[in-house]
Amino acid sequence: MATRYDYGGDEFIFVDFDIEMSLEVNFRVLSVCQEIERQRIDGVIEVCPANASYLVHYDPEAVEPRRLVELLREIEHKAEHIESLSSRLVDIPVLYDDPWTKECAKRFADRHQDPSVSNLEYLMAINGYSSKDEFIAAHSGTPYWVSMIGFVPGTAWGFQMVARERAIQAPKYVRPRTDTPERAVSHGGVFLAIYPVRGPGGYQLLGMTPVPIYDPTATLVDLRERYILALPGDRWKLRPIDMDEFLAIRAAVEAGTYRYRTVAQQFEPARYFRDPPGYLKRLQIEAAGC
Amino acid sequence: MLNVLDGGLQTTVQDAGRFGWYHIGMPPAGAMDQLSFRVGNRLVGNADGAAALEITFAGPVVETTEEAVVAVTGAGLDVRVNGTRVPRWVAHRLRPGDQVACGQAERGVRAYLCVAGGIAIPPLLGSRSTYLLARFGGVEGRRLQAGDRLPVGPVPPQAEALIGRMIPSRFLPALPRDVELRIIMGLCSYRLTADSAGEFLAATWEVSTEADRVGYRLRGPALRFRDREPPFGAGSDASNVVDVGYPVGSVQVPGGQEAILLMRDAVTGGGYATIGTVIHCDLDRLAQAPPGSKVTFRSVDVDEAMRARREYRARIAAIAESLSLFDRVGLFGP
Repeated sequence: MATRYDYGGDEFIFVDFDIEMSLEVNFRVLSVCQEIERQRIDGVIEVCPANASYLVHYDPEAVEPRRLVELLREIEHKAEHIESLSSRLVDIPVLYDDPWTKECAKRFADRHQDPSVSNLEYLMAINGYSSKDEFIAAHSGTPYWVSMIGFVPGTAWGFQMVARERAIQAPKYVRPRTDTPERAVSHGGVFLAIYPVRGPGGYQLLGMTPVPIYDPTATLVDLRERYILALPGDRWKLRPIDMDEFLAIRAAVEAGTYRYRTVAQQFEPARYFRDPPGYLKRLQIEAAGC
Repeated sequence: MLNVLDGGLQTTVQDAGRFGWYHIGMPPAGAMDQLSFRVGNRLVGNADGAAALEITFAGPVVETTEEAVVAVTGAGLDVRVNGTRVPRWVAHRLRPGDQVACGQAERGVRAYLCVAGGIAIPPLLGSRSTYLLARFGGVEGRRLQAGDRLPVGPVPPQAEALIGRMIPSRFLPALPRDVELRIIMGLCSYRLTADSAGEFLAATWEVSTEADRVGYRLRGPALRFRDREPPFGAGSDASNVVDVGYPVGSVQVPGGQEAILLMRDAVTGGGYATIGTVIHCDLDRLAQAPPGSKVTFRSVDVDEAMRARREYRARIAAIAESLSLFDRVGLFGP
């Protein structure tokens, strides 16, 4: 579809590339957003990439709205396809089928499609898996591309890097919950999301990570500068863990000594699209050697 | 130092806002009624963006440990210094040990207690504003409570001369219960049926009790979305889209059942169709509209939005000018 430019009031411009989600369109969003940042346009406060669209926050006293739209259109036409971008492989330990999110799901059972089973069992069934292990293997087997950051600080939308027909899909709750535990690992639509803080939510609850993805006190050294873990273009690899490891990591987090396992890599979209599983495998082997 | 003796219902430290971090999901926060906040700062000789206390519905009691100059602006509430009622929109002198007590808002919702020198807690990511939902900034990211001690910045050199400065009544915001908001329609409004887009603008909406710094839920007619085959990744409900960024001031209609208008602690993105964005200066007036208020929308284009911005800035400039006139000729001038 043709890119759509629209005014979000007098301080934002909304640019929509597509109504469908795909990695191709997200790479396009990132490439255009990087180019806007490189140009350092007077009056642009910041650029916020999203899945298939982006927002520009600007000061209309410094750049006239119609002029800014013209500049953004020019950049869109000039922006090259990204050949290579920085992309970290980030290890996210997950205790699937944990007691806390199951308890939460029970409390809000009246808002769920099928209160007779856990959220995990529900997603397992509607996505055609016959056992929990098989479902967990699929959910955690392939990394998630961080295609958007927002909602509240640190929430990352993760889009699993699998063929469309293999994407795990989940309806949102019939009515949203008013409470969700902090660090709950969840799935809604085709997206993974981890809750940075306790609060309302409508995604299906699958497990719990022991590591914070947002830290307002900036206690952990890796979160000191930006307060959040996610960067656009991260690949988050979920790793199933047991309760013992969960508690050990929690203890390290609470002692302030936990270090995230991340490997900085260059990601080349063209090579990915030629052979997605092969390229991901190669990056993972490369990361393991670091 | 200001000692908090009673935190009131929801009193937070706020300034002009935290900008440049929307891309990590961090909304600007900051004073919800920027005009009242800025004018309060001008009264006590501060720069526009100095941090102040934002009072919600029912005010706090604070005690100063030093000489201070304070002014209360915004919502209509009773203000007392050591038990004696004093006017709002006026700069008052405080002596060490003086107590300021703010009562309940009878008109409007949010008042600003501004102090010469500003509230001088350490800024986070360039701002002292409190963002309650994610416990960020302000005092431990939370509302104030008894026992909090708030440092005050250096008092400007000619603080004596500030005492008694006031804002002429013709400049005071009217704080009407019912408000008309100017909106630029668009974003994902293509999802609405043509009838529903018209109905949204024609309807009178009511502010519900779920109205806070994150967003105002408005009750009104049910809106309908166009039928479609859901695009990949959007979700099955007709009001779902592949998740997008939400501008501050944008309006969404989850399930078509109620409208949510995002305010300065906005969630920065999500998967509900947004249908338009209220222009920035009109958010001040909504921030003063209590539950039960009637809200209507008027569609404007970007040129009219820019004219409204210029008028808003001219109004603040005129208030500043009236203060400098006051400084030259005093209360009983021409």
